[in-house]
Amino acid sequence: MSASSIRRGQTRDGWLFVSPAMLLLAVFLAFPVLMALWVSVSDWRGVGSPFSSDVGFVGTDNYANILSGGSLQQRDFGTAMRNNVYYVLFVVPLQTAVALGLAVLVHHKALKGRGFFRTAFYFPSVTSAVAITVLWLFLFNSTGVVNAMLGWVGIDGPNWFGDARGVFHTVLGAVGVDAPAFLTDHRALGISWWDWLAGPSFAMSAFILLAVFTTSGTFMLLFIAALNNIGDEIEEAGMVDGASGWQRFRHLTVPMLRPTMFTVLTLGLIGTWQVFDQIYTGTQGGPAKTTLTPAYLSFSTSFNSQRWGEGAAIAFILFAIIVVLTLFQRWALREKS
Amino acid sequence: MKRLPGHRAVPALALALATSLTLAACGGSGFDDGGGSSSDGGGDGGPLKVLIGSSGEAETAAVKEAVAAWAEESGTDATVQAATDLPQELSQGFTSNNPPDVFYVSTDTLAGFAANGSLLAYGDQLDNADDFYPTLVDAFTVDGDFYCAPKDFSTLGLVINTRLWKDAGLTDADVPTTWDELAAVAKTLTKGDTVGLAFGPEYQRVGSFFPQAGGAMVNDDGTEATVDSPENLEALEFVQSMMQDGVAAYSSTLGAGWGGEAFGKELAAMTIEGNWIAGAMENDFPKIGYTVAELPEGPAGKGTLAFTNCWGIAAQSGSTDDAVSLVEHLTSVDQQLAFADAFGVIPSVQSAAEQYAADRPGFEPFVAGAEYAQNPPAQEGAADVIGDFNAQLEGLQDGDPQAILESVQQSMQAVVGQ
Repeated sequence: MSASSIRRGQTRDGWLFVSPAMLLLAVFLAFPVLMALWVSVSDWRGVGSPFSSDVGFVGTDNYANILSGGSLQQRDFGTAMRNNVYYVLFVVPLQTAVALGLAVLVHHKALKGRGFFRTAFYFPSVTSAVAITVLWLFLFNSTGVVNAMLGWVGIDGPNWFGDARGVFHTVLGAVGVDAPAFLTDHRALGISWWDWLAGPSFAMSAFILLAVFTTSGTFMLLFIAALNNIGDEIEEAGMVDGASGWQRFRHLTVPMLRPTMFTVLTLGLIGTWQVFDQIYTGTQGGPAKTTLTPAYLSFSTSFNSQRWGEGAAIAFILFAIIVVLTLFQRWALREKS
Repeated sequence: MKRLPGHRAVPALALALATSLTLAACGGSGFDDGGGSSSDGGGDGGPLKVLIGSSGEAETAAVKEAVAAWAEESGTDATVQAATDLPQELSQGFTSNNPPDVFYVSTDTLAGFAANGSLLAYGDQLDNADDFYPTLVDAFTVDGDFYCAPKDFSTLGLVINTRLWKDAGLTDADVPTTWDELAAVAKTLTKGDTVGLAFGPEYQRVGSFFPQAGGAMVNDDGTEATVDSPENLEALEFVQSMMQDGVAAYSSTLGAGWGGEAFGKELAAMTIEGNWIAGAMENDFPKIGYTVAELPEGPAGKGTLAFTNCWGIAAQSGSTDDAVSLVEHLTSVDQQLAFADAFGVIPSVQSAAEQYAADRPGFEPFVAGAEYAQNPPAQEGAADVIGDFNAQLEGLQDGDPQAILESVQQSMQAVVGQ
């Protein structure tokens, strides 16, 4: 009896202590999110407060305009989705594999100057996204360093940030495959199946390499920390059992990295669906909208086109996609008993 | 140890949220009602804020100087800021009820800002309202209201590299006046790494061929989309054929940011650009000699595109009288001629035309273009359609012009049919 009254006091004090943080979260997180949610179902035109009396409720009109009807807005959203799907599909596995590879490399006791390599690999992650994007624009210029190096091995490099062709289309075109009618005749989100299969454009491919380059270092740190937590005795036990280096990595190290792997994949998934900085500073969605992403489209729809409701709606669709995919990933990576 | 009762968290959280929402909502409606009386929005006699989307250092300096001169004369303080992203910064100003008092407005954003009540329709209050070119007044008139004073304007011309022209054995008599002649000289000028003609991959350059063929994006009163027309198709097919023959190319294909850069680096012997190229050539490529000609005639005669900006005044500004007075000063003949000197634009008032042309004989083709220039479509939402058109035009060389026009026709009709 007395115990429960003590606990009641604890509860009250607990709320008291977390209230400043909760207030800040409410004002700067919950309220803006709810406000954006309201904008996404209103006809607010970007003047004054969205809560003023002359702003009307339009239900799901903004969402419908993006998701159906064959309008330009739908086509843009479909294009942005296509671009981002390829971005996620390439960046997430690549950056995870590269990060794990680098971590194993610099974790190795035999490596001299481990500290140097750790710093070198981590360095791109601490540089600002804007600076790296500008660097990338120079490197991947049609007469830039990358194409010059490709030239040494006899490859005529593409005009990376000016080439709107999808790499899958380009490869298919090279072997003589042209768009079959059944793929061009059907559409999803306003763009044809054939266009969905275009693959990332050369410009988007450069951004994919950029993302792998900048984020691998951060995730490498997470993997290093996890590797340090695996005791030497496990490795030694593996050796005693006669497992080869690859077998020890595949059957001992990787399973023990599962929690870190989950973190890296989740962070990667969220980060890649929100790609914005590089697009804003680099290409603004061009060439031919092949680097348009939902995050950038949401911004440009709101600020440049003054369609605030649709811009907010895109943001919430993006939010839903991220939540669903994260849940799916949690389910897929769950511990199987 | 029992767990703390979890369900208690829910009402507490809800209460905290509700409280903060109420607080924030009060704040929201508070600044909503603030409108005219907002403390830093500039009450009557307060300092004016001017926001410009500058083309560069020269333009920013010239506008700052002009505004400072007005401030001295009128006794009202005014500050000029060059925006890094004008549409974004304007939008932020309007949504927070604290917009700049005077700012640049482009033709493609005018309709949107006019429709949501951001802009003051002050055009008729100006003393010099009758002096502006009528096509420019049209460009800034929405539903019969003359919204804002045209700042200046520009047209497209054919810019020719004199050295390459001479080296190819061409003379003044060879300056192309028809499409066939244009294709012929472009072929003569295409040598090695230099292509005959280059221009940006966008409607704002390629579209200059539309009026030459007799086409347009919308009909005269702007109620019907006319993108998918035989005239426009003929124009696109002509441009495409020049590109496929290798005598014309997009600046982006050549690895240049815009036509002027391709031209300045001698990646192209001719380009289609506006009078702003003068400043770029002077600053970045002072050694390249060039002349300007009117764009060649197509099957339907002469044609070019006109681009213009206006001085917008925020409806929410507390100092509209001062703002109008500032705009009158900025659009006066003397001031516009000073701007023309500083950053190469053409004055928007007819009374300055003679002086302007006399000062720059080489620019006469740009001024001549004002007679027959077409305005790009400015309906609300047209900017998005043009953006989509530009994206499709990037693939013109190997694309299907008819399919491009059909899809743009559809989105343009959705915009003008609203």
